Amino acid sequence: MAYLLWQSLSESQRSAVSKNLLIGTPYVWLLALFLVPFVIVLKISLSDAAIARPPYFPQFDWAEGIAAFIAELDFENFIWLTEDDLYWKAYLSSLKIAVISTFFTLLAGYPIAYGMARAPEEWRPTLMMLVILPFWTSFLIRVYAWMGILSNEGFLNQLLMWTGVISEPLTILNTNSAVYIGIVYTYLPFMILPVYSALERLDGSLIEAAEDLGCSRLTAFWLVTIPLSKNGIIAGSFLVFIPVLGEFVIPSLLGGSDTLMIGKVLWEEFFSNRDWPVASAVAVVLLLLLIIPIVLFQRNQQKQQEAEQ
Amino acid sequence: MNRMSWFNAVSLTLGFAFLYIPMVILVIFSFNESKLVTVWAGFSTKWYGELLQNEAFLNAAWVTIKVAVFSSTMATVLGTIAAYVLVRGGRFMGRTLFSGMIYAPLVMPEVITGLSLLLLFIGIGLDRGVFTIVLAHTTFSMCYVSVVVSSRLVSFDRSLEEAALDLGCSAAEAFRLVTLPIIAPAVISGWLLAFTLSLDDLVIASFTSGPSATTLPIKIFSAVRLGVSPEINALSTIMISIVTIGVITASLVTKHQVTRQKREEQAAVRA
Repeated sequence: MAYLLWQSLSESQRSAVSKNLLIGTPYVWLLALFLVPFVIVLKISLSDAAIARPPYFPQFDWAEGIAAFIAELDFENFIWLTEDDLYWKAYLSSLKIAVISTFFTLLAGYPIAYGMARAPEEWRPTLMMLVILPFWTSFLIRVYAWMGILSNEGFLNQLLMWTGVISEPLTILNTNSAVYIGIVYTYLPFMILPVYSALERLDGSLIEAAEDLGCSRLTAFWLVTIPLSKNGIIAGSFLVFIPVLGEFVIPSLLGGSDTLMIGKVLWEEFFSNRDWPVASAVAVVLLLLLIIPIVLFQRNQQKQQEAEQ
Repeated sequence: MNRMSWFNAVSLTLGFAFLYIPMVILVIFSFNESKLVTVWAGFSTKWYGELLQNEAFLNAAWVTIKVAVFSSTMATVLGTIAAYVLVRGGRFMGRTLFSGMIYAPLVMPEVITGLSLLLLFIGIGLDRGVFTIVLAHTTFSMCYVSVVVSSRLVSFDRSLEEAALDLGCSAAEAFRLVTLPIIAPAVISGWLLAFTLSLDDLVIASFTSGPSATTLPIKIFSAVRLGVSPEINALSTIMISIVTIGVITASLVTKHQVTRQKREEQAAVRA
């Protein structure tokens, strides 16, 4: 049947149909499995919770028309988010953890990227490979590896006690410090790669010029190298900051009961408390929170592109 | 300029030690006799034996591989089409929305993607299981594939395709005979990326899987939550070795290809 239909089309009609099919397939897929689910989240965030299956009352019906829809909108879940300080604290603490750990990732990643860019040229592909390799091993396993190191009887404490730095084991696992260590560790390649590519492109003669003109090595680094690698630093910071904001695995394995991150709160709201409307509202606010850094990032990229042209 | 200063040498050594020591410790202690992961009690491979008898893990591993193969293949097909449409498709209705939907999942927190897909599946009454995980994984990894493939499509010369069309190829033939062989490395690395993303995913799989289908990351996560165990160390070691062998093989193959290509080019120049 479909074949006969295809036969009856002219050449140009066929190419139009195949072009539309080509565009349509991924388009419809993403509409159905990416955009529509979001609309559903938005809808449920505006519904009432209920002890039922599914556990919420649909608060409005598209059939009733737009006016009825707007009249029925219920912002109760969002108001609830502002009233219970758990959510406020979770958003703020996610932001704080993301900012601090991005800073530490930069602090740890910059010297590595710098060393890579200054390494002999024939080493660089191997060094790159060594940075990328951890990307391919499971994220979960890399976080798990730290549980054995940071626990009270863990290697870090054994090492510190053996060298006599401390006499009592430190409690690191299940605290925010463990979360910072885990984030810096797992997100380090995201920082190293963009900073490295910025530093590799940097013209060495500029630093030599600065040194010839009387700069010390350190001032040359501060006044020339850092500003010229600014774009790499910004890109790396966003690549770390944005995913950390919604992080779930690291706080739930390395963090303690006092580690508040919004990804974990959403997970618990959904799976433990089964409050779907509130979980959806948490998701909507998290998205709004993410839009700001993403817009900033895009604007920076655009500026960079314009500058290059 | 290329001489290494002591500072660079130290920072590289410390940096790579930081990246690799945790994994090395994990591997070493998977061969530990003792049940305690932090106390060494002699060499043993007994945890590997126990792992191979643990049916729950084996089943989960099988589900994970099935999901990864299906979803990465579908993601590669859809992602390549999407990249082709974005780079070569010209203007069409809703292009901005389309490119937005390609890039947005890359920055979306997994909890939100997982939550929204679960609500969709429940909304349309789809039973959760292997099928829904495949749908979810295909959706987010096709975006990665299309980013990888479109960067390759942008950088290659469009006139090659036009020449094929001028010489009488249909658009489909030009794609199959000219475009696809040129972008093949990107398509393959896109597939590999989608495959590892699917193997690695915990959060989205947790939301979209039902009681009938548990993937390995879900299993590992629930085991790890109870604490550190030598069996998980053994499992991690197996996974780390597979990845390491795979990546090293792949890089040797590409290196070999690059040298061969260079040699052929030189030969062509000489001829």
